Amino acid sequence: MSKNLNKLLIPVLSVILGLVVGAIIMLVFGYNPIQGYSQLWNGIVGDVYVLGESIRQITPYILAGLAFAFAIKTGLFNIGIEGQLIVGWFAATYVGVVLDLPPGIHLIVALLAGGLAGALWGFVPGILKAKLGVNEVVVTIMMNYTALHVTNALVRAWAGKDTSERIHETASLRIPAWEEATMYSRMHAGIFVALIAVFVIWYILKYTTLGYELKAVGLNRDAAQYAGMNVERNIVIAMIISGFLAGLAGSMEGLGTFEYVATKSSLTGIGFDGIAVSILGANHPIGVIFGAVLFGALKYGSLSMPNPPAQIPEEMISIIIAIIVFFVASTYLFPWLKEKFTRKKGAN
Amino acid sequence: MKKQKWYLLLLLLAVSLVLAACGGGNDNAEGGDGGDEAAEDNFSVAMVTDIGGVDDKSFNQSAWEGLQAFGEEYNLEKGDNGYDYLQSNSDADYIPNLNQLVRRNFDLIYGIGFMLKEPIMEVADQNPEVNFGLVDDVIEGKDNVVSIMFKEQEVSFLAGVAAAKETKTGKVGFVGGMESPVISRFEEGFKAGVKSVDPNIEIIVNYVGSFGDAAGGQQAANAIYSQGADIIFHASGATGNGVFAEAKERIQQNPDQPVWVIGVDSDQYEEGKVSDDVNVTLTSTLKRVDVAVKEIAERAMNGDFPGGETITFGLADNGVELAETGGHIPQETWDVINEYKQKIIDGEITPPGTPEEYENFLKDLGIEE
Repeated sequence: MSKNLNKLLIPVLSVILGLVVGAIIMLVFGYNPIQGYSQLWNGIVGDVYVLGESIRQITPYILAGLAFAFAIKTGLFNIGIEGQLIVGWFAATYVGVVLDLPPGIHLIVALLAGGLAGALWGFVPGILKAKLGVNEVVVTIMMNYTALHVTNALVRAWAGKDTSERIHETASLRIPAWEEATMYSRMHAGIFVALIAVFVIWYILKYTTLGYELKAVGLNRDAAQYAGMNVERNIVIAMIISGFLAGLAGSMEGLGTFEYVATKSSLTGIGFDGIAVSILGANHPIGVIFGAVLFGALKYGSLSMPNPPAQIPEEMISIIIAIIVFFVASTYLFPWLKEKFTRKKGAN
Repeated sequence: MKKQKWYLLLLLLAVSLVLAACGGGNDNAEGGDGGDEAAEDNFSVAMVTDIGGVDDKSFNQSAWEGLQAFGEEYNLEKGDNGYDYLQSNSDADYIPNLNQLVRRNFDLIYGIGFMLKEPIMEVADQNPEVNFGLVDDVIEGKDNVVSIMFKEQEVSFLAGVAAAKETKTGKVGFVGGMESPVISRFEEGFKAGVKSVDPNIEIIVNYVGSFGDAAGGQQAANAIYSQGADIIFHASGATGNGVFAEAKERIQQNPDQPVWVIGVDSDQYEEGKVSDDVNVTLTSTLKRVDVAVKEIAERAMNGDFPGGETITFGLADNGVELAETGGHIPQETWDVINEYKQKIIDGEITPPGTPEEYENFLKDLGIEE
């Protein structure tokens, strides 16, 4: 009983502790933490509009976190989710604008295009790692910038300006009925895509030979090789699937949130946040959902904090959110402290 | 079991302490709110920045200064029922920020920068009773949206004249942020100004690919200065901070070899300060976003909102101008600049705003490239 209670208690306590420290910071600088946090809360679930937008924000985080979690199971640090996401965004939007297909089919083709573009962007570091032993961290980081500037050039060459046309309705993830019900929030059906992806990845890792092999490679590459597994092939497959998931995350933006693609002056940040989401979720597919909910909700809800009466400045909000995430991430601190405490007692 | 209780107790204590402390603050704040509620319904105006933020020392900041000036003149307070801004951290934040301002009942809401075009179109359709303003791009056919444009090519042309007159090496440079129609107007206008004075001056153009990459700006400036140019005009937002950093570094290492920067959008004299005597800012091309947003806000307040129109601010209506701060440009050069300025206002010269117009402009001057 005590163990189960601990499992539940520790994450809750770390959230509370993060909130308390955030509150102290607000107090020190002369802001009202109650107003601040109540605006944060209302900014996440206060009405149907913000609720819809929060879900909209959470959707790509789930897929980006899943992409990182999947690669890490095979022992690969995919820092290139950002780049895979951007090319996926572009490819999905391109298909959404250029092709003319019946409803449903168009959406599926556009989603696949986004995923495949991301998979391609994941395949390159994968094959370099497998065949030549090139460190995937370096390659994926560099390919983020390649993706950014290549898509910027492609958008300009294709659209002739900084923003593409909007995608056809047949390729859109948005649901008009939902939009009306949520006071025109941009919540879209992508959340189902994300949840299905979570289930599929969970299933692959848990019940398939492929998943077993990928995990074996991640645990001990040499042992996996010795056991007769094809390590090179598994590395490439892991990067392709991870890239596919990141590409899907980009499709959420292209087919749901924005419905167009624009040139960007910097990386989106969703890919990097995806790393934190995955770690918060203990790199487990189901855990990623919770990580994404926490991260996405805080990120979106904090947009409401500069409004009166709290009027907390933007920069301070970033600090508060970072502290909350920090405390949640350092959950392992509690068992460690507890162990130390117990030992001392025992010695006495 | 015992230990767990101990943990819980400690945390509960901490939480309750903080809550108690906050409770006190809350009462005061509520007292303050009560006073505000008595105020009458003012004309209120707000803006959403692009990802540059409100302190970008460029057009977001300029727009916010315009709103502050508007608020001061008409006795408004920052916040609801007055004037306010919201910052955007990513492209996804534009629509939520616009919607927040709509729900806070602002009468006029500006989107600063062309990245806000699609978001404003969407939110304006959903809220036909609210007026919107877009800076730096055009939205056509919506009665509740006014588009504000600037003739950047006119003031860039004057910057080009100044650079051509002041260069000692016969080479000048241009650093652009991202390639876009707006930055194109800066580049082509600048080049046309240079070539109008002296067709033999070489112009080195370098695009960084971002408006927020100071390190990239410094690299670009380094490359251009190393090729022998002594004046750089930058149109690159916060990337330009790197251009200033490079110029300041060079002048400190080698005070005998002067290098200059021409600033953009707001007066960047302070950015170029090395010491009390040394400053690398030759001049700045001012884009008076503040004048524009204030003027449109006044028209809207007086029931004359120019919905559906595109209002263009140029040299003729002081929407753009060249800064005089610092006095680095001698009077002879100002005479030439003012001569060209008058010609532009009179329509004798039309500075080019696109690469095609620039080519035609050169042809008219009789220059082959």
